[in-house]
Amino acid sequence: MADPKIKDVLLEPILNNNPIALQVLGICSALAVTTKLETSIIMAIAVTAVTACSNAAVSAIRSYIPSSIRIIVQMTVIASLVIVVDQILKAVAYEASKTMSVFVGLIITNCIVMGRAEAFAMKNPVVVSFWDGVGNCLGYGLILIVVGFFRELFGSGKLLGFEVLPLSSAGGWYEPNGLMLLPPSAFFIIGAFIWVLRSFKSDQINRDPVL
Amino acid sequence: MPPRNSWLYTVIVALVLCLVCSALVSIAAVSLNGIQQKNKELDKRKNILLAAGLCEPGTSASEVAATYEKTIVEMLVDLDTGQIVDVAKPGEKKSAGEANKTAAPASEGDQKATEEPAAVTLASYDPRKAAKNPKTRDPVEPAGALPGIAYREPYASIYEIREDGKTTGYILPIYGKGLWSTLYGFLALEADKETVRGITYYSHAETPGLGGEVDNAGWKALWPGKKVYEDSGEVGLSVIKGKASEDDSYAIDGLSGATITSNGVDDMIKYWLGPTAFGKYLAAK
Repeated sequence: MADPKIKDVLLEPILNNNPIALQVLGICSALAVTTKLETSIIMAIAVTAVTACSNAAVSAIRSYIPSSIRIIVQMTVIASLVIVVDQILKAVAYEASKTMSVFVGLIITNCIVMGRAEAFAMKNPVVVSFWDGVGNCLGYGLILIVVGFFRELFGSGKLLGFEVLPLSSAGGWYEPNGLMLLPPSAFFIIGAFIWVLRSFKSDQINRDPVL
Repeated sequence: MPPRNSWLYTVIVALVLCLVCSALVSIAAVSLNGIQQKNKELDKRKNILLAAGLCEPGTSASEVAATYEKTIVEMLVDLDTGQIVDVAKPGEKKSAGEANKTAAPASEGDQKATEEPAAVTLASYDPRKAAKNPKTRDPVEPAGALPGIAYREPYASIYEIREDGKTTGYILPIYGKGLWSTLYGFLALEADKETVRGITYYSHAETPGLGGEVDNAGWKALWPGKKVYEDSGEVGLSVIKGKASEDDSYAIDGLSGATITSNGVDDMIKYWLGPTAFGKYLAAK
């Protein structure tokens, strides 16, 4: 494998190799925290911080990790970083951290974080691993923000808490779509996103290997 | 250095990694603790005001602090007798407690003061700690009134709302078990101590969308105006299964899909407003 360039690892995962749209990883949190745009953005930032730092840390110690416990080592690094991020969130954004509750802790189980540590950081130098983490989470964050945007707009008629579509219950004209507040709606939006993406980038379409 | 992949090397790497990671986590937890405590205190005050309808969920931190200072007076009540044992003086909450503590030995002599139990003051008293300590806690009576919780604190904080020099309501801290967690909240009453003014929960871990709907603004809006006590003096206010009829002034709709959480809310309302908790205080004057 040729040495990856920073520009490539940073920009490729956004549209060409998106962790959610192409690899279909990290769906769990994309369903759970995207009812509001604000929590989507905070979650995207938190996951980016964790992935970038864990990638850098795992890469820095990659030649010292005994292969028999490498997954546990990665998990320990990731878990520690997640606790740090959770503590920082509780200090600077208390209200948001309350609504996100367990989902910040569940970053530990986000496949993207672990996947990048195992697949990329174990084989590549520190700096490029760091940017690989940032790039992949930009791709993840893009989907989260798109989903959060549509769910908050159509589910509660607001964006970032400001009223955009006046609700009929408050004298306006917009009847909110209750489905948008429930997790399954994120599936529809992610599905639509993948559809749009693949109709522009036809090389991402899964071909049946037999035919 | 032992060879990589050897048993000894693996253990050393694991130990070093654990030390570094735990140091990192501890530093973060300790250094941010101060700000987190401040946030928690502010969040509690905000919820006290929310229960009474004195602020909106979007109200800024400085406004919350100002409104709280202006309208809320915290008091410590002895739950067994209904007597008030300490009242916070606005702006000098901490110093009042310390003054009390230093004043006691001076008047009664050092020897006696050490034998007497420490004076119960707002500044020094922590209800949650008192409920856990076998020396200070009281049993929940009658047994089973608060399912899952056998002991409670003997003294509890209540918050009096004062607007323009008049008392316009009371806010009581309530807690009890739901399905997964203990729900902590505030119940606000009007000045007549019989009419609900509002309710809010500030800490729980119920299922989002089911039991977590205790945070739903629509459900909380069912509470204001409901009556607490029946003519017989019993607590009539209750959360019932399904939909309450509109002319029933005691019943609140249950949360659909969350029977256990609803029952928990019902139990804690009955207990905390009942004669073995705040009932004595509420019946006085």
